[in-house]
Amino acid sequence: MKSKTCVSLLLIFGFSAGVFAQKSAVQSIEEYRAMLQDGNPSDLFEAKGEDLWKQKRGPKKVSLEQCDLGKGPGVVKGVFTELPRFFADTNRVQDLESRLLTCMETLQGLSAADIAKTPFGKGEQNNLTALATWISAESKGMKFNLSQAHPQERTFFEVGKRLFFQRGGPHDFSCATCHGQDEKRIRLQDLPNLTKNPGDGVGFAAWPAYRVSNGQMWGMQQRLNDCYRQQRFPYPGFGSDATIALAVYLGVNSQGSASVAPAIKR
Amino acid sequence: MFTSKAKVSLALIAIAATFAGCSNMGGNAELDNLTASIVKASFRDEGIVKASVLDTDETNRACAAADVAGKPIDEALGRALEAQNLKSIKWPSNGVFLGDWKEGEKIAQNGRGLTWTDDAKTVNGGNCYNCHQIDNKEISFGTIGPSLYNYGKIRGVTDPKSPDAKLMVEYTWGRIWNSKAYNACSNMPRAGHMGILSEQQVRDLVALLLDPQSPVNQ
Repeated sequence: MKSKTCVSLLLIFGFSAGVFAQKSAVQSIEEYRAMLQDGNPSDLFEAKGEDLWKQKRGPKKVSLEQCDLGKGPGVVKGVFTELPRFFADTNRVQDLESRLLTCMETLQGLSAADIAKTPFGKGEQNNLTALATWISAESKGMKFNLSQAHPQERTFFEVGKRLFFQRGGPHDFSCATCHGQDEKRIRLQDLPNLTKNPGDGVGFAAWPAYRVSNGQMWGMQQRLNDCYRQQRFPYPGFGSDATIALAVYLGVNSQGSASVAPAIKR
Repeated sequence: MFTSKAKVSLALIAIAATFAGCSNMGGNAELDNLTASIVKASFRDEGIVKASVLDTDETNRACAAADVAGKPIDEALGRALEAQNLKSIKWPSNGVFLGDWKEGEKIAQNGRGLTWTDDAKTVNGGNCYNCHQIDNKEISFGTIGPSLYNYGKIRGVTDPKSPDAKLMVEYTWGRIWNSKAYNACSNMPRAGHMGILSEQQVRDLVALLLDPQSPVNQ
């Protein structure tokens, strides 16, 4: 894997100037990405997540096997492609990660607020990411089909749309600055147009994902968080309503597209 | 924090009640207000970034509202906002518009600054290559903005100090300082206006685009 990466990096940087070279560089990056598909380290996080689901944990020493992710207690297959959705017990629209927090608190006695405050990549946040990775994998290949039946789900779509176009910060950036048009790039990175359905396995349908460049597994919450960081926005709280509303907007736009999560990214 | 959360929940219930039974989504003002309260409850200060950076100006609010509506901004409103932005442009204090294109290239390459993982000492970059082709030897460029390769050459600027070039030199300064002066809802940051880049950095970028010696114009 390492030597493959080196070879492809040589391919990327080995070309000289000009339009021809640019095309070749893009092609090389495509090859690099194709080679990455050979082995996705997210398998390891999936295995950890499945184990965590079944393990008796927390002050109450209970597993998550009775957690209701939307299709009833304990049902995992097919839930990922229908989230975020409204949950009557919390009277909130929740995404996968915030819903898992609810279960970790109510079933296991862990503190949802403490976990939400924990930085990404630390402590229980790592467990949460592993759980989200496994649960997403159980819906791999299934098509997104978010409910818009409940008024709060429709409201969150509308709020998410407003968040997507919200311009602010020192750079006046919104999500739409980068993700509002077809076939645009930042440097050499292709940008999906997220104002409409970007297709199978693109955008919302590609997270959680393993990021080769930093060797980290990221859930959707972290993906959105880092977008906001680069947008020069302030810090969105983990599982905050803004992140969930935005996810509803992206998820509803991806209606009918197949999930490839957990994906692998550069 | 709990109070604001409770407020959002109450607002949500109110909105949900409003929409219960409605198949058609109306109430844009209510949704705008709800969005504002959700933003307030969701974002916090982190590092050098204060939550108040989201208290944006009329230009951004009007353009975002047009985006949400899926329409271009109202023509008269757009022109008024452009005039307002144009008026705010600070022209070079020493009357010198062109700096060093070599420094300009470094600024164009640099995408650092003003995120919550940067510190106050980080020198802000211009982020230019993220969206524009500039020197064509750099193959890693974005495409959100137009290509700026041969920017000065295409515009017939052979001597940026000549009176003939004056308008183009001023336009280039103004466009970098405050792009919204020329296109109210431009995707381009207002590098000078928002204090992202210093006067000298803008000077160096103008040189990168207009200096006949710059690789941009070869």
